[in-house]
Amino acid sequence: MASYNTSEFKSGLKFMMDGDPYNIIENEFVKPGKGQAFSRVKIRNLKSGRVLDKTFKSGEKVEAADVMEVNAEYLYTDGEYWHFMEPTSFEQYQASSTAVADVLNWLKDQETYIVTLWNGEPLSISPPNFVVLKITECDPGIQGNTAQGATKPAIVETGAAIKVPLFVEEGELVKIDTRTGEYLSRAKEA
Amino acid sequence: MHWEPSGDQHSRIERANMLRKIREFFYEKGVLEVETPALSSAANTDPFIESLKVATTQTGQEEQRYLHTSPEYAMKRLLAAGSGDIYQICKVWRAEPSSRQHNAEFTMLEYYRLGFKLSTLMTEVNTLLLSLIPNITKESHYTSYASLFLDNLGFDPHTVNEQLINSAVNDLVPGFIGDLDRQSALDLLLSHCIEPLFPKDRLTFVYDYPGSQSALAKTEFSIDHPDVLIAKRFEVYAGNLELGNGYEELTSAAKNETVLKNELDTRRKMNLPLEAIDQRFLAATKAGLPECSGIAIGIDRVLMLQNGVSEIKQVMNFSWENA
Repeated sequence: MASYNTSEFKSGLKFMMDGDPYNIIENEFVKPGKGQAFSRVKIRNLKSGRVLDKTFKSGEKVEAADVMEVNAEYLYTDGEYWHFMEPTSFEQYQASSTAVADVLNWLKDQETYIVTLWNGEPLSISPPNFVVLKITECDPGIQGNTAQGATKPAIVETGAAIKVPLFVEEGELVKIDTRTGEYLSRAKEA
Repeated sequence: MHWEPSGDQHSRIERANMLRKIREFFYEKGVLEVETPALSSAANTDPFIESLKVATTQTGQEEQRYLHTSPEYAMKRLLAAGSGDIYQICKVWRAEPSSRQHNAEFTMLEYYRLGFKLSTLMTEVNTLLLSLIPNITKESHYTSYASLFLDNLGFDPHTVNEQLINSAVNDLVPGFIGDLDRQSALDLLLSHCIEPLFPKDRLTFVYDYPGSQSALAKTEFSIDHPDVLIAKRFEVYAGNLELGNGYEELTSAAKNETVLKNELDTRRKMNLPLEAIDQRFLAATKAGLPECSGIAIGIDRVLMLQNGVSEIKQVMNFSWENA
């Protein structure tokens, strides 16, 4: 397995520590005027999601983590696993409830997600930045009311609760920013 | 294609002003501005400083040259040749990753004052820096390396046993991974636990380092502990940003040679490249270096403070990534 020297540290680099894969969020090179330099890093455990602060002596090596990302369509859940398929190779991946925990609000059939694989197994699933979802529950719309900022609660087909403008109707499709969970616009089709 | 400079026009004007002020400061004191080569046939042997290498071919055969990491060796050859007080403002290079406060290519002010003791140089550097950074108005803070550890961590770094250092590392920097020798453990504690506590609004001078960190500074036995060797060296910080590194210079030819050879030995142990020792520098020390003190100051960092910015690239036209 390949290894990285601390001089190669940068955000996004994935490496192994104590048997778990980690992703570097921030790297700071600390160099005193004379003497030993250090790399101070903020890292995320890709299994638990926990963020840690670590310091490495400059020149230390870490083992690269066999972590890769693939785009895959969501197929279905059998209650225990969530199944995804890479659309060109038809390779299927089954993700555990931990892996899908952060994406459940935006999980929709045939939508494409980023599946992070560690040693070939799904570690986490990230949604696309924008998804189009159907409103399944909300108060009737007030036509013509486009007042800035006035919103009402709504539930979308995945079960997520969002806030939408007053004119939005049940059954309509809306575009949502998954990073903030905010309504962006009405949409014509998925 | 991104082509625009990182720093703005204001930073360019401030840089030009600062260079002029530095030159006026030394002109008034009769310190001579000099130039020395940036590409040298010898490298810095300090095990914690890597030189950038350039393969030259213009003589018909390949020759390894090194971009200087500071003009120290060459300026000391001038001192040995009778130059008197000298200063230089030049670009230097270090094979190190860039960070918010460090660029692999940066501008250094290096100067030497004949007959100056370390304390005299500290006073002069304080005057110079405060004149360049008028927004620092508080009186500077002076502390010895030993008091920093005694006051903040409760032990004397010169006499503390390995066990106590290791337990301090485990307690205070729990995120540290790897093995450390004694001095590197002190470096870790200093950079992670002590430097962040330096007062933000003033200069801090730290002096009298452990003998093992002397580089080319004079060493002497401590008054408190007659068996402990102290390096006559100081570092000056603004907040916890290190600005410069001053020495009461080692003049003995034999001791200079020993330091360089020990640095190569350390490099061998650390599996680092064994670069060529600067023999011309050693020859100059045999001819005789005058008693003097000298300092290297990172000018870009002084500009950061003067401009009130937090990233070095904001005071550079084209930082490493944009060069």
